[in-house]
Amino acid sequence: MSTPAIEILGLTKDFPVGFWRKRMRRSLDNLTFQVEEGEVFGFLGPNGAGKTTTMKLLMGLIFPTSGTARVRGRSIDDVQMHREIGYLPEQPYFYDYLTARELLDYYARFSNYSKAERRERVGRFLERVGLAAAGNVQLRKFSKGMLQRAGIAQAILHDPAVVILDEPMSGLDPVGRREVRDIILDLKKQGRTVFFSTHILSDAEMLCDRVAVLAGGKLQGVGAPGEIVSMKAHAMEILFEAREGRALPAALAKNATRIGGRCRVEVPEEALYGALEQLRNCEARILSVSPVHPTLEDYFFRLVGSPATSRGLEEISR
Amino acid sequence: MNATVGPVAINTFREAVRDRVLYNLVLFALLMIGAAILVGEISIGIERLVIINLGLSAISIFGLVMAIFIGVGLVYKEIEKRTLYSLLAKPIRRWQFLVGKFAGLLLTLGVNTIFMTLGLAAALVYVGGHFVRSDASILVAIYFILLEFALVTALAMFFSCFSSPMLSTLFTLGIYITGVFADDIHGIGEFTKNPAVLAITRTLYYLVPNFHNFNAIDTVAHGGAIPFSLVWQNTLYAALYIALLLVAGSAVFSGRNLK
Repeated sequence: MSTPAIEILGLTKDFPVGFWRKRMRRSLDNLTFQVEEGEVFGFLGPNGAGKTTTMKLLMGLIFPTSGTARVRGRSIDDVQMHREIGYLPEQPYFYDYLTARELLDYYARFSNYSKAERRERVGRFLERVGLAAAGNVQLRKFSKGMLQRAGIAQAILHDPAVVILDEPMSGLDPVGRREVRDIILDLKKQGRTVFFSTHILSDAEMLCDRVAVLAGGKLQGVGAPGEIVSMKAHAMEILFEAREGRALPAALAKNATRIGGRCRVEVPEEALYGALEQLRNCEARILSVSPVHPTLEDYFFRLVGSPATSRGLEEISR
Repeated sequence: MNATVGPVAINTFREAVRDRVLYNLVLFALLMIGAAILVGEISIGIERLVIINLGLSAISIFGLVMAIFIGVGLVYKEIEKRTLYSLLAKPIRRWQFLVGKFAGLLLTLGVNTIFMTLGLAAALVYVGGHFVRSDASILVAIYFILLEFALVTALAMFFSCFSSPMLSTLFTLGIYITGVFADDIHGIGEFTKNPAVLAITRTLYYLVPNFHNFNAIDTVAHGGAIPFSLVWQNTLYAALYIALLLVAGSAVFSGRNLK
């Protein structure tokens, strides 16, 4: 069995709170899961769920209260691990007195490239994130979206095997989001592992081989989007045209939504045939009948809205 | 080590240059020109003494202000602005970052001092017409000032590893002033003969770097020579203190959670 790209083993993080910093607040609670090589793995959760904390722990920016993690078999304490990893922080901010080209050149120096290699690589990656024309502009003149692109470029500049992106779509317009999606898919094609957090669930559904959902610092589920969200239809959707002058039965009329000249109604699966019979009796024209599957978004909101997870962070006394 | 410390140092220097830190040189140049003209008018026979005194004092004050005010923000700013996040994601250890920042500010102060030294030399030529052999000791005094800058930078950076710029400035200034008067503080303890006061003044004397040792301005202004033994003693003294401060700062910073 191959070594997982990322292996998180019981990671727990408490932060001190209060004036005397004696009380502790648990931000992450015994998190355990792994990301396999070559996967695009989505990390989902509401604000304060612990996504950024997890990523910062992986990058060694903060230290775990207990538990550990490994990237491609190397401990997160090992500085050499960083050669195999690229990281985009949430809402990245860079040295604003540098140009994009200088910034990438600066970061490339830590990967021991020669001057010629650096020049070639920086040019190639600026092109790749759509910043070739702005390469010589100081970062203080960059928009949020451009900074995000520069951030992605610095994260993948040294061809890391594992790319960790904290909210990579944040602050981007639809075109920018599409470009980032393309970059992620491109990285996957090259066999790289991408671990990214996002609030945009449609992106996660579209891109991810697997996702993990985190809420209140606790892992709620890991699996393929289709596994996490039960594929069993939770309702049936009927699309029909009502006949002029014929009233719909009260139960259906109450739940139906009129869209243009058509009506849409959702009924439980067991009530489908009864509803169709009622529609036939009032001479409605049935256009389609289709199952309604819950989306990742439905799952996410159901989870976040549940009392167990919406309680959020747990405070523990020392 | 060079592959990681060097880029950080160069970037720190570049930041100082682009933030127009070296604009202080313009002020220094104006001060030197003004002083040279004024001294030429009002001083008879002591022009060189006044210019050397004024020039070296200005080099020292300008540099110290830079060392403290930039030094206390070097680490803090990177944490506050979160520029450190992307950097520490690269294969660089936290102590290497700290040493790089230290070297970068030292490079800035060094370049600044070279230009100010040239300004002082120009003012001396203006009032004296030529250099004399004893002027070489001015360079030794400037070397001592540079050692002082390095020590103050290390102090400022040490405090900035765990406190805010405001507190770091207060701590650094407090230690610097105590260090300048270290001999006097020691003397007060001896004079009072009070065991408690003596214990406090002795602790301060041995704990705080003795900045008085680095002040050779009066000696060189009066044409005096600086013994070679003082050069290596001061060098060793500063190097040990700086190493100690950087190691302590690295130990604190390496265990710090970045918010």
